[in-house]
Amino acid sequence: MKEFADLLRNLDRNTKTLEKIKALKTYFSNASDEDKIWALALFTGRRPPRKIKTAQVREWAWEKAGIPEWLFAESYQHVGDLAETVALILPQHNSISQKSLHEWFAELETLKKADDETKKAYILKAWASLSGFELFVFNKLLMGSLRVGVSQTLVIRALSEMYDQEPSGMAHRLMGQWNPFDIRFDELIIQENTAQNPSKPYPFFLAYTIENHVYESISPLEWFVEWKWDGIRSQIIFREGQLFIWSRGEELVTDKFPELHQLAQHFPEGTVLDGEILCYADGHPLPFSTLQQRIGRKNITKKILQEAPVLFMAYDVLEWNGIDIREKPHEYRRSVLETYVAEFENDSIFKVSPLVSWNTMDDLSRLHNESRTYYAEGFMLKRKSAAYQTGRKKGDWYKWKVKPLSVDAVLVYAQKGHGRRAGLFTDYTFAVWKGEHLVPFAKAYSGLTDKEIRELDAFIKQNTVEKFGPVRTVNPLRVFEIGFEGIQQSSRHKSGIAVRFPRILRPRPDKYAHEADTLENLQNLLTVYGV
Amino acid sequence: MKTKSLLSFSPSGIYCPEADVQIDPWRPAEKAIITHAHSDHARYGSKHYLAHKDSEAILRLRLGNDISLQTVEYGEPFYINGVRFSLHPAGHILGSAQVRAEYKGEVWVVTGDYKLQDDGFSAPFEPVTCHHFITESTFGLPIYHWEPQETIFAEIKEWIAENREKGITSVLLGYALGKMQRILTRLAPLDYPVFAHGAVYNVNERLREAGYALPPIQQVSEVSDKKHFKGALVLATGSALGTPWMKRFEPYSVGNCSGWMAVRASKNRLNTDRGFVLSDHADWNELNRAVEATGAENIYVTHGFTSVFSRWLNEKGLHAQELKTLYGVEYETENTLSEA
Ligand SMILES: [Zn+2]
Ligand SMILES: [Zn+2]
Repeated sequence: MKEFADLLRNLDRNTKTLEKIKALKTYFSNASDEDKIWALALFTGRRPPRKIKTAQVREWAWEKAGIPEWLFAESYQHVGDLAETVALILPQHNSISQKSLHEWFAELETLKKADDETKKAYILKAWASLSGFELFVFNKLLMGSLRVGVSQTLVIRALSEMYDQEPSGMAHRLMGQWNPFDIRFDELIIQENTAQNPSKPYPFFLAYTIENHVYESISPLEWFVEWKWDGIRSQIIFREGQLFIWSRGEELVTDKFPELHQLAQHFPEGTVLDGEILCYADGHPLPFSTLQQRIGRKNITKKILQEAPVLFMAYDVLEWNGIDIREKPHEYRRSVLETYVAEFENDSIFKVSPLVSWNTMDDLSRLHNESRTYYAEGFMLKRKSAAYQTGRKKGDWYKWKVKPLSVDAVLVYAQKGHGRRAGLFTDYTFAVWKGEHLVPFAKAYSGLTDKEIRELDAFIKQNTVEKFGPVRTVNPLRVFEIGFEGIQQSSRHKSGIAVRFPRILRPRPDKYAHEADTLENLQNLLTVYGV
Repeated sequence: MKTKSLLSFSPSGIYCPEADVQIDPWRPAEKAIITHAHSDHARYGSKHYLAHKDSEAILRLRLGNDISLQTVEYGEPFYINGVRFSLHPAGHILGSAQVRAEYKGEVWVVTGDYKLQDDGFSAPFEPVTCHHFITESTFGLPIYHWEPQETIFAEIKEWIAENREKGITSVLLGYALGKMQRILTRLAPLDYPVFAHGAVYNVNERLREAGYALPPIQQVSEVSDKKHFKGALVLATGSALGTPWMKRFEPYSVGNCSGWMAVRASKNRLNTDRGFVLSDHADWNELNRAVEATGAENIYVTHGFTSVFSRWLNEKGLHAQELKTLYGVEYETENTLSEA
């Protein structure tokens, strides 16, 4: 497991993409096939279910560390991660274990039916044989989800470079249902796909946020415009007489949507559709929150089916009569959708997402402003000649969302608030970069939790550079995402820009001040959204 | 706490009524004994200061050359209104001292900040027996266990060597006073160019002028050609993180030296490339050992995990209570998580 722990540590340490890819390649060229399949399972979120209750692990840990439970709880609260807390409080020593990743998993699997005493003895022995980062990784395998500093896209990139395959093909290999206990690394990654698992979805094609040059260049001759629906992006698959529904998060959600199962009776064998699952009633989508509540429920009761009925809004067809047509131009796929698939349209469970008809950019801007009245959150722009690609790619698909607009800005001034939060710094001024200087552009009062406000208040007190009356100039260190409803030119503001209803969307502790947006970014928003 | 006891806790700090002297006061006082020169302990505006002689250079740099300052050696007793005081090594930074106060057979010790590991630059910590012990608790949670500093410095050296191989600059962040001198002495011999941010440079130069054995370093602002930074080591304080000042070092890797780096979330929040778990404070076991070594029955816990550590000590049968102080406020809030 040392190799795997080293890999995770390298991924953790290196913030640069190329370094991460290098670390992944080093691991995948050195590790055994048995380990590699497990590493892939972990990187794609396929950790086997827990064999031991977390509460038990906690108890054994504080017992072993010789501290009371409350002290463990305090520590956990400070660390924020259970596996890490356990690794930090256990007695420190050198790692002696030579066990590999797959050996650990094989052993953990045998604990499933073991009694508590056996489990405890096993875990204490494992802890005594591991230390430092390896101990942390082991605890993660034991009880946590393993979120590492690497995206699936990066893993796919590393593997496709190593095995000389297209990233889209590699992404496809990793999708769907597979289990590291019963598939070999070379079967999954290297061998030609012979008998494919019928449930296997295609990787989703994702859109970029629209950019200036796109508005300037699109025409109805070359581009489709669709409404952007706010639901769960999904794929419906009908193969070998079975229907599967996958969400974009690569979760098989077939059982969550029983009303869609009857679609199986209509689709021809070998159909894969891309679309959006929406709650839908009275001829229009219901708010996303309705769908979210439904998803949260364990059992789909009759009541839920009545109150939150769902519909599949089809965007695209990826496989038709068993043939993968993703490489065909969108115009072709759309015609299949409109000619054949639309036959199954049924106002209660299945619709083809309509195209927005437009001639000029003015039409489009006006319609875009009315998105909300159509229950949409903006537009999707799709190039008619484009293939259905893998992941987020620039150039052919763009999302053009309605407000809020947002930028990342740096906190530069603060002032004390009134009322409930009197005495705390709650009125903030934010700035964006203009060359080496920060130009203030918005004041925002709300959007933070009480805890965040207190923390920020302490930061401001410690980082005051100057005081002008009630206003403090603060060291420019903290970055926040600032949202606003509109943007316009203004000669009264230093920045030349005024924003409407600015508010803090969220702190961005992951960003350095110099990574905040620039005045130019704001001006771009002004050209696009300005009035 | 009784007002008649030898030391009491006033709104401006730890106070000895019998001697009319304050220890590390955070408001201007008539007479102030200073444990060490970090800004959360040595504050501006008191009339007379008293500290260890190794604190002098920095106290004058920070509080003004003309402050009224009396210095003493470790172990050298001095009397104020019949109270016997002496300073004892705290091992935290150069000149850091525990303050021992004795009156009519009652002995109190105020630690200021301390660590038990010998860093090779400051005088190593010496336990002092007492009845009443006022201890810090910056890292007073059982998750904090420092590895031997040799291990950490080996990591730092390896990181610098890797960066040099790649031709990138190593930017190492840490507290200007204490951490940086420890790093400079421990990394020696420095067979590559070393540059420093003004804050680090000023402290280093002042100590060198005062005769302390530190290598000379160059100030970043004096370098006009960026190519000199290639493969060099740059020492800076945490406040440089995320500022345009850093751009001149590109491409670079940033490492932060602090005990807080033991927790991944703290490290990740800073978005530095590396976090080196190097602290000038006692870890959990050191705190417990220090408390035990004093033989004191009454423990007062200041900056850090005061409530946790005092509850822990109480459960072990000691009389412990937490004190609200203004020590250490910097590092609870500063985004760079440095330690004072
Ligand atoms: Zn302190
Ligand atoms: Zn200190």
